[in-house]
Amino acid sequence: MTTTVAPPELTIPDETPGIVIRNRIAKALTYTGLILFTLIWLMPVYSTLLTSIRTMDDIRIHGFWSIPSAITFDNFARAWTEARVARYAANSFIITLPSLAGMLFLSSLSSYALARFQFPGNRAIYFTFVGGMLLPFQVLMLPVFRLTNFLGLYDTYAGIIAFHIAFQLGFCTFVLRNFMRGVPGEILEAARVDGCNELRIYWQIMMPLTKPALAALATLEFTWIFNDYLWAIVLLQRDSLKPVTAGLATLMGQYVTDWPLLVAGSLLATLPTILVFIFLQRYFIAGLTLGSTK
Amino acid sequence: MAVNTTTSIAAKSAQRARRRRINWVPYAFLAVPLLIYFVWVIGPTFYTFYLSVTDWDGVSRNPGYVGFANFQRLLNDDPVFWIALKNNLTWLGIFITLPLLLGLSLAMILNGQIRGDRAFKVSFYSPMVLSFVVIGLIFAWLYHPRSGLINSTLRALGVGPRDLPGWLADPNLAIYCIIAAAAWRQVGYVMLLYLAGLKNIDPSLLDAAQVDGANGWNLFRRIIFPLLMPVTVIVVVISVIDSLRAFDLVFIMTRGGPANASQVLANFMYIEAFNNYNMGYGAAIAVVLFLISLAFIITYLYRMLQEELEI
Repeated sequence: MTTTVAPPELTIPDETPGIVIRNRIAKALTYTGLILFTLIWLMPVYSTLLTSIRTMDDIRIHGFWSIPSAITFDNFARAWTEARVARYAANSFIITLPSLAGMLFLSSLSSYALARFQFPGNRAIYFTFVGGMLLPFQVLMLPVFRLTNFLGLYDTYAGIIAFHIAFQLGFCTFVLRNFMRGVPGEILEAARVDGCNELRIYWQIMMPLTKPALAALATLEFTWIFNDYLWAIVLLQRDSLKPVTAGLATLMGQYVTDWPLLVAGSLLATLPTILVFIFLQRYFIAGLTLGSTK
Repeated sequence: MAVNTTTSIAAKSAQRARRRRINWVPYAFLAVPLLIYFVWVIGPTFYTFYLSVTDWDGVSRNPGYVGFANFQRLLNDDPVFWIALKNNLTWLGIFITLPLLLGLSLAMILNGQIRGDRAFKVSFYSPMVLSFVVIGLIFAWLYHPRSGLINSTLRALGVGPRDLPGWLADPNLAIYCIIAAAAWRQVGYVMLLYLAGLKNIDPSLLDAAQVDGANGWNLFRRIIFPLLMPVTVIVVVISVIDSLRAFDLVFIMTRGGPANASQVLANFMYIEAFNNYNMGYGAAIAVVLFLISLAFIITYLYRMLQEELEI
């Protein structure tokens, strides 16, 4: 009904030539403004790309905006081998992948219990998970440092993986529990009537239905864990164990003035998350909005 | 008859037993994750309170009890604490308003019919996948006083060498330069949340408002913005939590310098605890940080509880 009424009321003023021109000008202005703003916004991107293919001497002598005297990919090669970015990147994967598997599996257990059963303490436990996910990291830093030492896990992959799994249980449970609550109860009830035990209902019925949320969560968490820096410097010490974030920070101290190398290294370090973003963009965005617009 | 009564008694007692019997299944599912969460997250939060009243140096086995000495020193004798607190508040103020305004404006523009909207959207939200270390490094180079892109551009535009700002090296500018880098990453995220919120608005509601003569600014102010309120609340909460967590960028770009001018609480705490081995003192800073964020955590949980009870 409303749609049949609305068009004439909206189109009548538009037919006046003055307004048509005004609208066109407004549109052109919006467009130019947007393009200019975007070009300025992407400044850090040009700065990085332009720097990574030159030498520092070239920039220092001729200035940033000069035409490069030579284009070189040497910075990438040096960052990869001489500056150990390859080693650091491998460490990032060694830390990130088990953390992801652990947090998704464990939080799917807790979410299943919180979403599907009514029992005393359900809400209190749920709120404990959510409250924990909002904590400032500094509150956990010293006790976790002490605990990790106590367990003999300081400066090992296991120590940092354990922490990532534990801390992310809060956010993952928050997201998965809300998603699982949306799964129609009849499906699970039917399985229960057919004599399925809880473990099978969880694994063979609930988990497949939760796949979209798991995929979104996995994509988002991948970038979070891969990009973590604070816990890497709190819980790891040996250079050979450092993930790429901590590695880059070390390189900033070692190659203080060699910006092309540092910038090339950071491009390489970012490649995995950029690839995830390009190929799994849909899930990444779903994950971001899942967690916040429940 | 007799058979009938016995079965009914049996059924009744079974029912009673069932009512009394606790269903252990959910607890079995929860046991491991909850245990881990308590050991690594909830327990440590309380343990920090204990450490904050000790003189622990990170090495000794038994931290000595010192009462509120750490807090007294923090609040009365340490000027760096107040600089850090002020910078945190500046960060909070800018970090809430700037990304919110920019993100909301971009979402409003890009939600309309704009050609190439996808390319614009990707340009704005792709910084989200970068780590703070990479962003810190890239911006530090951008701000480089001699060869960085910004000063090179200013020089090309005719700014004399004496008038070129020092950016991160300038005590008055350093914190703003860092916040700009943080906001650069945040705007796309806020835009994304608002775009999702705008998609959820029922178009017939907007049609109805337009029929009633609302358009442009009025339509936005009276209809769209109020409908986006839940998103705005989330954006504010996320911004507050993120501002209080601000560490990586400061640590990478200035370490709080020059001369503590860009210090923030999170970085101050890290440096006291892990560089100066004043772990008890660091714990006291962490407690203050926790108390500040507690107000927001409680607000968030309270809102969630209300939503839960409505369902």
